[in-house]
Parts: sequence; C-alpha cells; structure tokens
Amino acid sequence: MTSPLLALFLRDLRVARRIGGSATMGVVFFLVMVSIAPFAIGPDPNLLARIGPAILWIAALLASLLCLDRLFQADLEDGSLDLFHLGRAPLELAVLVKCAAHWVTTGLPLTLAAPFLGLMLQQEEMALAAVTATLLAGTPALTLIGAIGAATTVTLRRGGLLMALLVLPLTIPVLIFGVSAAEAASGGTVSFFAPFAILCAISLASLALCPFAAAAALRHSGE
Amino acid sequence: MTDDPHHRSRPHAARAFALRLRVEELAVARGGRRVIAGLGFSLESGEALIVTGRNGAGKSTLLRALAGLLPRLAGRIAIEGAQEGEETLALLHYLAHADGLKAPLTARENLEFWAQFLGGEPDRRSLEPKEALERVGLAHLSETQVAMLSAGQKRRIALARLLVVFRPLWLLDEPTSALDAASRARLARLMTEHRALGGMIVAATHEPLGLEDARELALGKNS
Repeated sequence: MTSPLLALFLRDLRVARRIGGSATMGVVFFLVMVSIAPFAIGPDPNLLARIGPAILWIAALLASLLCLDRLFQADLEDGSLDLFHLGRAPLELAVLVKCAAHWVTTGLPLTLAAPFLGLMLQQEEMALAAVTATLLAGTPALTLIGAIGAATTVTLRRGGLLMALLVLPLTIPVLIFGVSAAEAASGGTVSFFAPFAILCAISLASLALCPFAAAAALRHSGE
Repeated sequence: MTDDPHHRSRPHAARAFALRLRVEELAVARGGRRVIAGLGFSLESGEALIVTGRNGAGKSTLLRALAGLLPRLAGRIAIEGAQEGEETLALLHYLAHADGLKAPLTARENLEFWAQFLGGEPDRRSLEPKEALERVGLAHLSETQVAMLSAGQKRRIALARLLVVFRPLWLLDEPTSALDAASRARLARLMTEHRALGGMIVAATHEPLGLEDARELALGKNS
C-alpha cells in the first residue's frame, strides 16, 4: 500500500513524463534567454563573466515562472482539485508534494542545465559550481513562492500574467541572495557562505510557510 | 457488450454500522447570493435521496456544500454513528461534472492513484481497480489512455472510482450524464448494491435513476 502522498508524487511525475514538454520547455526557454543576452550586451568576455551569474539567475527565474501556471490549473479543470479535499492527507501536504513533483520536473532540470549554459557566458569553474549550488538551493523557493501565485490565480482563465505580477516581487529576496552568493564565488568582496546561508534559509522558510498560503487560496477557489 | 459476466454479489456487510447523515438548517451562498436556506433532512444507511429542481435551484451547490467544498453560512452537516476520529470528509465520495481523471494516464493508473490517495484502512468492500473496471464494463480498456476514451467511458471510470475505495456516502451530481442505456442500468445496479452494503446516496439529477424507494428533495420550490 503506497501512502497517499507518495501516490500523488508519482502520479504527477508520470503525468509530466507522458505530456513531456514541461521540463524541456523550461530548459529550452532558459537556453534561449541565456543565448540572447550576449546579443543585447555585446560579446565582451570580461563583462559577460562578471554579469553571467545574474543573467543565469534571471533566466532561471523567468523559466520557472513560465512553467508554474499549470501547477494547480490542470487539477482544477479535470476535477482532481475537488477530490484532494476528500483525501486523508491534509491539503497543505498535498500542495507541498505537488510542489516537490513540480520542482523535480522543472527546477531540477534548470539547475542541471545551468553549468552548461554558464560556459556560454565565460564563467570559470568556481563560478559554475557556485551558480549551480545557488540554483539548487534557490529554485525550491521559487517553486514554493510561485505556488502561492498559482493557487491564487487558479480559477482565472488567463491567470498566467497576473500570477507573474504577483510572484515576481516576492522572489526578489531569492534573486538578491542567489546572485550575490554566485558572484561572491567568482571573486567578490563578500564571502560565499553568508548570502548562501540566507538563500537556504529563504528556501526553508518557504517550505514551511508557502504550502499553508497556497492551500488556503485553493480552499477559497472552490467558492 | 455482454452485461457484466463477472458479476458476483459482494459479501453482505453487517448492518451493524448504521450511519445517519443529518443536515440541519443549512444555508449556503454562492457568489454572494443565498442559494440554499433553512434546509434540513436526514438519511440513514441504505437510503437514497434524489435532489431535484430546475436549473439553478441549487442542486450542485447543495452537493458541494455536503462535500465540504463550500462554506456554510449557517447550519450543521454531520454523519452520525461514525467511528471516533473519522472525519466526515473521509466518509464520502463526490462525483462532480468533471471526472477527476488525468488524460495522459491509463484508466487503471487513474484508479490506482485514487485508491491510494483516498483509501485508508483496508476494507473488504473496496474493490481492486481491475475489478472495479469490470463492474463498469471497461475491463478491456484498462490499459488505454483516458485521453482516447469517450465522455461516457470517462464517466464510467469516474464511477469505478467510487468502488475502489468504500466510502458510505455517495454524492452524485448528474451521474447519468453522457451514459448510454446499458451504462445507466449498470449504474442503477451499482447504486442498489452500495445501499445493500449500508451505503447512502444523495444524487442530483433531472432523469430517473432507477432507484427503488428513494426519497425526493425538491429544491427551489419556495424561492
């Protein structure tokens, strides 16, 4: 007998795998964003090396937002969302599990793609490792904060844009500490660990708080 | 299609667990408008209640309120006789207009998921997904993706969901929609068997369901 939450996790992974798309789309969007940046900024290797971590982080942020709007909407449309209320697991945990499955299918591929895309931006080894580490620590927070936006706009037909407007301001702290930790590793004045620790703290706080906010928003969506 | 060759009567459950759904002075609003006010009824194990009324009379609203998906303005909904610590929501199945099925997954995968997600303690009245699909006459389609199925077939899989986890109270919103005559007869038989197992049924419908001595609740008469 599989536990309800594990069943939900495996179902979401299986759906994502069958549909395809979500992981690939995010990574391809990430690739496009990173590759158009040098066209806008110019091919100066020193400049690219310096602002590379910031470009990677902004691209990852937008790519993860792009995939978020279907997080709960698909379940609303096919009626699963109503049935989640009737399960034996609390809705908050179901939300958390859905976020985990979503992160595995979108956030994790972005993180894994980052070091390869970093090479295009003249990043050294230390900087590549730092960007990847910060994305690994920070993308869960992006998914969890985004879940609040996705849950709030779940009943809106064109909620994607509104969701982005709601979520982007909330992700600014993640961006600040993610980028400063990544830049610190490639020779900044601050140490790597101070901003990295705060980044991890933001992710852990999101892990604890966001499921409650998102579940509350979903409870009101049925009215 | 042969008419359920695998049909076998399920072991009769002891009548010992007698439940009673009691609704008192229920008031529910939807979109700021009070749709249901001062509604009360009670339903005992083995009984069925047909909710009728013109479009917009509040049939679906009543079912959603019973399923805990809409907040009550006033009144009480309780299932009496349940074991200590059993939540009301864990005692009911809700069949809405949406079927709660994931299109990329097969019929069997969908049912296995709901069995794991909704199921609690093993109950001998719960059927295996394969067996439940036989009962709705879709055993041959168990490995077909739901996306390939017709509306009526999806509806029958949604009905099979009610069988994979035994829950005493069935809330059915237009259960016959998209069903052909043979499937309606099958649904009538499933409902009769559910009542024989001590279950209760509240169904909102415009059409006769073939339920013997069901009580009727007409909504919207006094408004």
